[in-house]
Amino acid sequence: MNNVVTAENLGKCYGDLRALKGVSFSIAEGECCGFLGHNGAGKSTTMRMIYGLSTVDEGRLTVLGRSVRLTPPDIKSLIGVVPQEDNLDPDLTVAENLEVYGGLFGLRRREAAERTRELLAFMGLEDKTRARVDELSGGLKRRLVIARALINRPRLVVLDEPTTGLDPQARHLVWQKLRTLKAEGVTLILTTHYMEEATQLCDRLLVMHEGTILAEGSPRQLIERHTLPWAIEVLVPLEQVPPGLNDKVTEAGGEVLQVVDGLFLYAADGEALWSRLGSWGLSPHACFLRPANLEDVFLKLTGKGEED
Amino acid sequence: MGALRVLNRHLRVFGRTWQHSAMFNVIEPLLYLAAFGFGMGALVQDIEGMSYLEFLAPGMVTLSAMYAATFECSYGTFVRLQYQKTFLAMLAGPVTARDVILGEMLYGTLKSALFGTVILAVVAALGLIRSPQALAIPLLLALQGAVFAALAMWYTAYISNIDYLNYYVTLAVLPFFLFGGLYFPVSTLPAWVQAANYLNPLFHSVEVCRALALGQAAAGLWLHVGLLVAIGALVLPAPLRLMEKRLIN
Repeated sequence: MNNVVTAENLGKCYGDLRALKGVSFSIAEGECCGFLGHNGAGKSTTMRMIYGLSTVDEGRLTVLGRSVRLTPPDIKSLIGVVPQEDNLDPDLTVAENLEVYGGLFGLRRREAAERTRELLAFMGLEDKTRARVDELSGGLKRRLVIARALINRPRLVVLDEPTTGLDPQARHLVWQKLRTLKAEGVTLILTTHYMEEATQLCDRLLVMHEGTILAEGSPRQLIERHTLPWAIEVLVPLEQVPPGLNDKVTEAGGEVLQVVDGLFLYAADGEALWSRLGSWGLSPHACFLRPANLEDVFLKLTGKGEED
Repeated sequence: MGALRVLNRHLRVFGRTWQHSAMFNVIEPLLYLAAFGFGMGALVQDIEGMSYLEFLAPGMVTLSAMYAATFECSYGTFVRLQYQKTFLAMLAGPVTARDVILGEMLYGTLKSALFGTVILAVVAALGLIRSPQALAIPLLLALQGAVFAALAMWYTAYISNIDYLNYYVTLAVLPFFLFGGLYFPVSTLPAWVQAANYLNPLFHSVEVCRALALGQAAAGLWLHVGLLVAIGALVLPAPLRLMEKRLIN
């Protein structure tokens, strides 16, 4: 299968800050690939390089078959971009936003109008055609931004935090639309803070931290490789946790992870660990047993989960 | 090509907002014309064989043109750059930073020619234009517009806060039109101000505009046109480079 994007040893400095420290990855055609990481991990910088807002200063980046220093217009014409912040044109109506954007891609007026109708229908925005952008809710704006990114029938869509700030209904709708695109063979690259989003949408994930890639694999693979299958969340303040608990868990073959003020216990056999908590002085009622998920992997890999 | 597509966006917006922008760009010069022309005009004797209103009219034409380009490529550009993030949205499409900035300046140039021409039509209707040579004035206004678009863009590329645009208006635009020979002949000014006026694009433009309005086209005017072109050509690369640096990192 062809690679749509290949990065070899990408590096980027902003002044003294090394935002990317030698990042390598490749993304295959038709794949949905997710980038996870804290703010400042280097996800957005990587995205900006792909869609031509940042120059490649170190390493090599190949986008849709072309090695680029700054992604040129003819490559950009094959890409759709959903940026982190909604930069819709407030001077234009909903439909005009799409039509004018189509014009930027060289669509003729009739073509652009037709494509606009299709996309407004696809994103469920038909009844907002003549609305002004600032009349739209956050969820509707996001849908419009996604519609705009599709105006040129892109082969590759880059989505920088596509559902940040959306309510659950809006988020599910966006996910559903992205699945439709994927089924049509469009390659998707997205960044997200939501593990559920990553699990739901992505074939493969790259976990970034401080400008490097820490881990790579499908959501399932990451969970299997990086954490034990069961997690117990300890829902009491740390000072009420019986002393020596960590050692007992470790002796029993489990793992302990402290994230800021939260405590997580991991085990191969969750029930077995759970049943012993009482004898270690921790009420099982204050604990929550569940299968380990991507969030556990993320917390474990990217340190203690502190925000930058 | 990319710049024309960017321009297309602006024209689409203009189709929606032209009334407001006309309000500002057309009414203000006409107010000046009325206040100075009728008010001052009553006190002022003929200047070089022209009534004061006739003297003033070409000045107001160039003033309107200067305003249009200046405000579009300062306040307008800054709002799109900083608040609306319009440029970043465009840059995700198949255009370069240069296309975006050139498109902005083209828009400023076009508005400049358009609004200047509207004032020209008004003063012509008032009988303040003597010669059909004035038909060439819109071309002059486009040239002048390009120069002022580039100047405003140059300044806008540097600033981080919209309030700093006031400095440009007060320290550059205001002296341009107060001392550029719009309201009175520059020959009344001290020699050094007259010399400094050779760096003032509005001075060159109003000299040519007035000569055309009177039907006094002469070879000597090419000096003014040439200097306008030279100022524009010297300034143009700077905003393109600075804005590119600002947008792409």
